[in-house]
Order: sequence, then structure tokens, then C-alpha cells
Amino acid sequence: MNWRLQNTGLRRLEAEAIHILREAVAEFARPVMLYSIGKDSSAMLRIAQRAFYPAPPPFPLLHIDTTWKFREMIAFRDHAAARAGMELRVHINDDGIARGISPIASGSNLHTQVMKTEALRQALDKGRFDVAFGGARRDEEASRAKERIFSLRSAQHGWDPRRQRPELWRIFNTRIKPDESMRVFPLSNWTELDVWQYIKAENIAVVPLYFAKERAVVRRDGRLIVCDDDRLPLLPNETPATMRVRFRTLGCYPLTAAIVSTADTVDAIIAELRGATTSERRGRLIDDDETVSMEKKKREGYF
Amino acid sequence: MDTATARDALAEADSRPALRFLTCGAVDDGKSTLIGRLLHDQNLVADDRQAALARDSIKYGTTGGDIDYALLLDGLEAERAQGITIDVAWRYFSTPRRSFVVADAPGHEQYTRNMVTAASNADLAVLLVDARKGVSPQTRRHAIIASLLGIRTVALAVNKIDLVEFDRDVFERIAADFLGFSGGLGFRQVRGFPISARYGDNVSTPSARMPWYSGPPLLDFLEMADVDDARAAKPFRMAVQWVNRPHTDFRGLAGTLTSGRARPGDKIVILPSGQNATIKTIATGDDDIAEAMAGDAVTMALAEDIDAARGDMLAAANDRPQLADQFAAHLVWLSDTPLYPGRSYLMKINNVTLAATVSDLKYRIDIDSLAKLAAKSLSVNEAGVCNMSVARAVAFDAYAGNRETGAFILIDRGGNETVAAGMIDYALRRAGNIHRHHPTVSKAERSALMRHRPAVLWFTGLPGAGKSTLANLVEASLHARGVHTVLLDGDNVRHGLNRDLGFTEPDRVENIRRIGEAAKLMTGAGLVVLCSFISPFRAERRMLRELLVDEEFIEIFVDTPLAECIRRDPKGLYKRALAGEIANFTGVGQPYEAPESPDLRLPAGREDAVALAGRVIAELERRGLFGA
Repeated sequence: MNWRLQNTGLRRLEAEAIHILREAVAEFARPVMLYSIGKDSSAMLRIAQRAFYPAPPPFPLLHIDTTWKFREMIAFRDHAAARAGMELRVHINDDGIARGISPIASGSNLHTQVMKTEALRQALDKGRFDVAFGGARRDEEASRAKERIFSLRSAQHGWDPRRQRPELWRIFNTRIKPDESMRVFPLSNWTELDVWQYIKAENIAVVPLYFAKERAVVRRDGRLIVCDDDRLPLLPNETPATMRVRFRTLGCYPLTAAIVSTADTVDAIIAELRGATTSERRGRLIDDDETVSMEKKKREGYF
Repeated sequence: MDTATARDALAEADSRPALRFLTCGAVDDGKSTLIGRLLHDQNLVADDRQAALARDSIKYGTTGGDIDYALLLDGLEAERAQGITIDVAWRYFSTPRRSFVVADAPGHEQYTRNMVTAASNADLAVLLVDARKGVSPQTRRHAIIASLLGIRTVALAVNKIDLVEFDRDVFERIAADFLGFSGGLGFRQVRGFPISARYGDNVSTPSARMPWYSGPPLLDFLEMADVDDARAAKPFRMAVQWVNRPHTDFRGLAGTLTSGRARPGDKIVILPSGQNATIKTIATGDDDIAEAMAGDAVTMALAEDIDAARGDMLAAANDRPQLADQFAAHLVWLSDTPLYPGRSYLMKINNVTLAATVSDLKYRIDIDSLAKLAAKSLSVNEAGVCNMSVARAVAFDAYAGNRETGAFILIDRGGNETVAAGMIDYALRRAGNIHRHHPTVSKAERSALMRHRPAVLWFTGLPGAGKSTLANLVEASLHARGVHTVLLDGDNVRHGLNRDLGFTEPDRVENIRRIGEAAKLMTGAGLVVLCSFISPFRAERRMLRELLVDEEFIEIFVDTPLAECIRRDPKGLYKRALAGEIANFTGVGQPYEAPESPDLRLPAGREDAVALAGRVIAELERRGLFGA
């Protein structure tokens, strides 16, 4: 039985996302999909496959590799791209590597700035992409709530929250000047729960890190940090303990904290979310720097 | 509620599409506070955000140390610092009965355009009024905008009722006041609620402090509101968005149904071509489906081998949309640069983008009183009714009957800004009745007698740049070569054809438009038309280029520095303008937008006029104007 006949809410959200993807593909010359390996990217990739079926999605996937992604994420990424039959471009900021930038040595701010924001700008310039899809949702964070679905970026990839175009009905103004580009967010109106319901309904594979499992963790500043490899230096008073944990959001591994959970299936995650009392980005250490930190990053070109 | 009950109940919310509503009202009436309260009451403010909120309430809050729910929504740094909402914020929450998408629209007058944005995507408006202040000009303004944008259900939330001692008379007076005003706005349902967003009275639960109020709390109303605009019951419409052609055997028309239903076998018409067709298959992703309905994004294949493209409208064969290149429409102006009738804009409508002009601005609507005011232009946040003219016929329905196919935006051609929201009222009949007369003698045949090609030499530049001097020299030289010429300049046009026009921006736009049309007729007669006009705006010069045949329009920028023009001041006008005696004088009180890529740029401050005229003649030779 097709779930779309029961769940009108999700059916509308899927249709809206397809509409947005098609509009961007029809109006721009060089589209690309930012693929972050997380659950939102996985949902967005499935929607793209459905939007252009029977043709394959007419754009490549782009992953900005900070070199600090969990090992399971990289394995999953390569598999997912191969299964979708899409070209995967991986970009690493070699300059950042040469400078020895890492989340541990440089701190989360500088690491994010160099290995994510700058790396993204490099990759978009190199591919001469005029439109990039991202899986960001408006319910994630306060400045995201004000982002347009079609969001104009300057030649330097900056976002100017005061110069956003009004977005009326479902008519998107896609016109840009040479060197400007557009970021497009097909999942703008989705919530975290919607994404998991879609993953369930469409039986979409996600990185196993989302599911609860016994993992080696240390407690640091009240957060649970998973010891993914031996690059994480332990502090003198720390000894890894084994705990049943999972991730609600996936980023670079020392910068993303796990939560204690027993949810080891998609159904269990959905049930857990319905009773959740903390927000999704709670696990992101980079957002703690300042309340307005996301807006700042976006002005500089972060996704 | 225990988890099991919550889960069962959520199934009800899933089965209906989310209700999209906006909150509006004047600054400080408590819009953000209300949404914050709704989120809080649904336990949707996560613990970590609650902690951040408590921290921020002390830093930025306006509630004297109490939790300031507005800070949940005002996410931009400038908003927190100034304590106001600048931009539309979108919020999401669910109750067991329904999911909601809330657009929080700013109250300040200068952000009215954001409210228009929010209203365009909303089914219902929650209009807040401060119980102490009653219905204000902003309340009226927002009600009118909601009505213009087609919202038919309004919840009037009389907020801060705690600050008037929960007084029934105050509430009833405000509700009666609003009903008296909104009677003519076409709302289907208006309902009042006495609430305190800050303390939660009658927001999610009934208030014990107002025993006189027996109605439901606001949330109940939102959960139950029947705003289904019956899109699915309207005639089938789908504008083609993208053509899916993976191989030669399949040609899929991808798009979103804006109204109605479609099944394989249905007879449809494709507009503007008017070809008839039959739906063969309908797919969403890799599933072929038996029926698609309004809101679905599908890929259709037709039984016939027909070439449909992006922007074509598929419609029910027996219930067609209108097709016209001229129509009457409501506009809300969103840009800081005003609307000028006659200026060329881009219109995006039903997946087509095409050139459009406002051919006649009929009147401006006073948003506070609904009065019709005479107007020559529209400024930011103003609304009006106009006739629009577009480059070719497009398919649409009246906005009153179909909010999706009757809506459009206007885009500025230079800066790409979205400058207006438009709602079509009806097609202008004359569009179908003026049939172009095809002359027996063609333009090419007239031109052949002349032994040279027609052209418009458009001299633009600051007052005193030397445009007329140059144009006269060039004309004399052309005349000597036997070229048929005519010279249009301020002296012969302003005193005749355009003597009714002044020097305001809208009049300058109309001035240039008429000259362009006159020049076009003269090129039709085979003449070389020399035009010497300041023509300060890029948009009008671009319009001229589009009005005429591209290679016949030669833009010549007489580039004399402002300081040099002021020094020359042949008519003494700069002196008077600088003394404040002439308003709207280009170069002093009004900007001159220099051409970015003219066909010819003459450095008139440095070379003498005869040499410059020679360069114009050389350019015309290079272009082969004089023929064989």
C-alpha cells in the first residue's frame, strides 16, 4: 500500500521538495547537490531520484570532506553514491591540511571556517556551480528559520540577511548576475520528525551511527564524545567507557556529541523523538560558540 | 498525555496537510510572544533552548527578567539587538490533531512586503491587537493585505487582555470595531479571542480568569479551522516545469498540479498552442498512479506525440483558463525603486518568464481606508490596480478563483530584485480584438528605396554634455551623403508630442517610451533617426533596445564629466539647479545612470566635436548602414 494515500502531510512535503528541485534544474546551468552523508542528505537524495525518474538526477553530488568525518560515514557515502549511479565529487581543503588545521589543534571555530566554509567555497568555484542544493531545514536553528528556499549568495558566497528577496507563493526568482550563485533548500519546511517518517516510509538506508549501539565514549564538558579513532587525545582524567549511544546529528567526530539512547530502529527513533526534550543541534559543539553563530557562519558562506 | 496516546493521535495530524497561517499586527502587539507561547505549551521548546532563552531574556529581553518568548523567533542578530522582527520567520509545530507552519510577519510598516510574502503562502491569518490600544492603522493595513492576498479566515486575537483587567467590554468593543471595518474585505470567517500570550490565557487552554468568555481557546480554532480552499475540486491545471527526456521513447512532462485532479485517459488542452491531448500515464517517482490531485508533483506522458515545453499550461479541455497578453491586476510594490508605468520588467508566472510593462496605472489603494487615489507611480509597500501588457499571451485564471495560476511576480531587469507581487483580476478583452494590420508594402521594401538601412542613433548623456551639437554634426554629414534623416530632441518633442509631461521620474519614463515608439514608426518608414535626450535611466534605454530591432538601435554615450558640464553650462541650468531653483535636474537632484556597455562611447570632454562626429560616421560604415 502506498503510504502517500494515508500521510497527506508527508506527501505534500515530498511534492514541494520535488517542485523546488525541478525548478532549480530548469532555471540554472550547473546544479550540484551538497551531500553531507547525514539523514537529511539521504532523504534529499531519494527525493531527487524520484523528481527526475526515469532520468537520473541531472547533477553530481559534492561532499566537503573535513577529514574528520566518522569512518562509518565515509564508507556509507561511497556506497550510497554508487548505488544512486551518480557522480560523487569529494573536496578537501588541501591548504588547510598543509596548515595543520584540525578540530583538536585549532579549535572548532577555525576548523569549521577553514575545512568546511572555505572548502565549500573552493569546491563551488572549481565546479563553476551556479546552484547548490542543501538539506538544511528551517526548524533547525533560529537564523535558518529566516532563510529563503532560494537563497542568493554573492560572488564571495556570502549571505546578506537584510537583502533577501521576498519569496511569494511558489514563484521563485532564480535570476542571478554573473558570479553570483543560489543555495536552494528543498527540505526547508520539513521537521526532524518528518525526515525520519520519510526515511521509514521510503525505507531509506542511513549511516548506522544514527542507531543506538555500545560505543566507546568519553564525557567532556557534559557531552558524550565517541572515540572513533586514535586521533582523539584523551585528557589525563578521561577513560573511555562503553555506553549505549546514538547520534541525532552527524558532523565532524570530535565536534558532534552522542546521546544516550536505546533506539536501534527507525521506529524506535521516531518514538524517541516524539518524547524528546532537547533540540537536534544540541549535539553540535560549533553552535555553542555564540547564539548568533550560525548567522555569522552563513554570512561567510557556510551552508 | 502518555506516549501511546500521543502516537495514536499523531496519526490524525498526519492525515491532513499542515495548516499554514501567519501572525500579523502592529509592533509590540505580541506576535512573536504568541508563537513562543504556542510552542512552549506544546512542550516544543527543548530544554537546551529553554536554557538559552533564559540566558537571552536577561541579555536582550523586554519582559523584565521573565522569559521573553519573542527571542525564540527573532533569530537575526539585528533583531535581537533592536528587539524587533525584521524578516519572516517560519516555525513548525504539531498537536495531536494537526501540524502547523507559522509565518511570523514583522509589524513595522517598512516591512509590509514581508507580510505580503508570508500571506501569499498562508491559509489563515491570526491578527493581533493590543487590548489597550484597539484597532490601529497597522491592524487595518494588515487586514487589507491579508484580504488582497486571498486569505479568507481571520482569527482576531485581542492580546494583553490581562493589562485591561480581563475586561469583557474592551474585548467586545474591539471585536465590533474590527468587524465594522472588515465587512467589505471578503473574509468568510472572522472570530475574536481575548488572550494573554504572555500568560497563556485562552491560547492553548481556556482561561479561568475570563469566565464571561465561553468560546474555545485560539489553538482549538486553529486545529479545527476548515480552510481547505477546495483546490482539488477546481478544474485541472498544471504548468509544465521541466521536460523529462531520458531517451527517445519517453517524453515526460514534469510539474505540480496547481488545482484539480488528473487521471490517465483525461482529455486536456495545452496552452498557449491550444493543441488537444490525452493523458497516457501519470507517475510520481517510479510509481504509476491512478489519480493525481492538486499539490502533487508528477510526471505525465501524453498519448499524442506533442511538443510541450516548460511554461506550457496543461488544463482540463472542457474548463480552460484564460489566455491573454493584456490583463488587469492588483500589484503590491516591494522595491525601494518605485514602479513606473511604461518601464519594462520581467514577469514570472506559471513557470514562464517574459517581458511585461504596466501599460496603465489606474489607481493606488490607500491601504488604511481602501480609498482609490490617483497615482502616477507606486512606491514601496503601496498597492494599486493596473493594466499589464506582456510580450506574448499567457494562460492564467483570475486570482480570486485560483491563487496559484493567477499570481505573478515582477523582477527588475537590471538588479534582478523581486519588485512586485501581482494578482490577476481579469483579461482585457481588447487584447483579443486588436488585430495587427499587415501592410502591403513592407518595411524592407521601403528601406530598399532609401539605399541605406534604417537606424536609431540614440545620444545619451548629462545636460550640457554636447549631445545636440554632436547629433547636428552627424545629421549634416549623413544628409550630405544622401541619407534620409530626422532629428528628435527636447526642443521638438517636449513642445509637441510630450508637452503634457513634466520632469518627475514617471514622466521621464513616459517621455522616453513615446519617443521610442515615434522612432520605431520612423524606422518603419526607412529613416535614420537621431535622438538627443538625457535619458538618465538604464531601464528605459534597455526598453528602447527591446522595442526596436536590436541592430537598428545604436546607443551613443556622450561621456562628458559632470564638472566639465557644469563649467560649460550652455543654458545656465546647472547654476539654477545648484541654487535649488530647479528640482529633478539630472546630475544635481536626480541621478544619471551611465551606460554599462554602450555601442559607442565618446569622450566628449577631451576630443573636439567634429572628430567625435567622424567616429560616429565611421561606426555606421563599419556596421554597413550605407549598404552596397
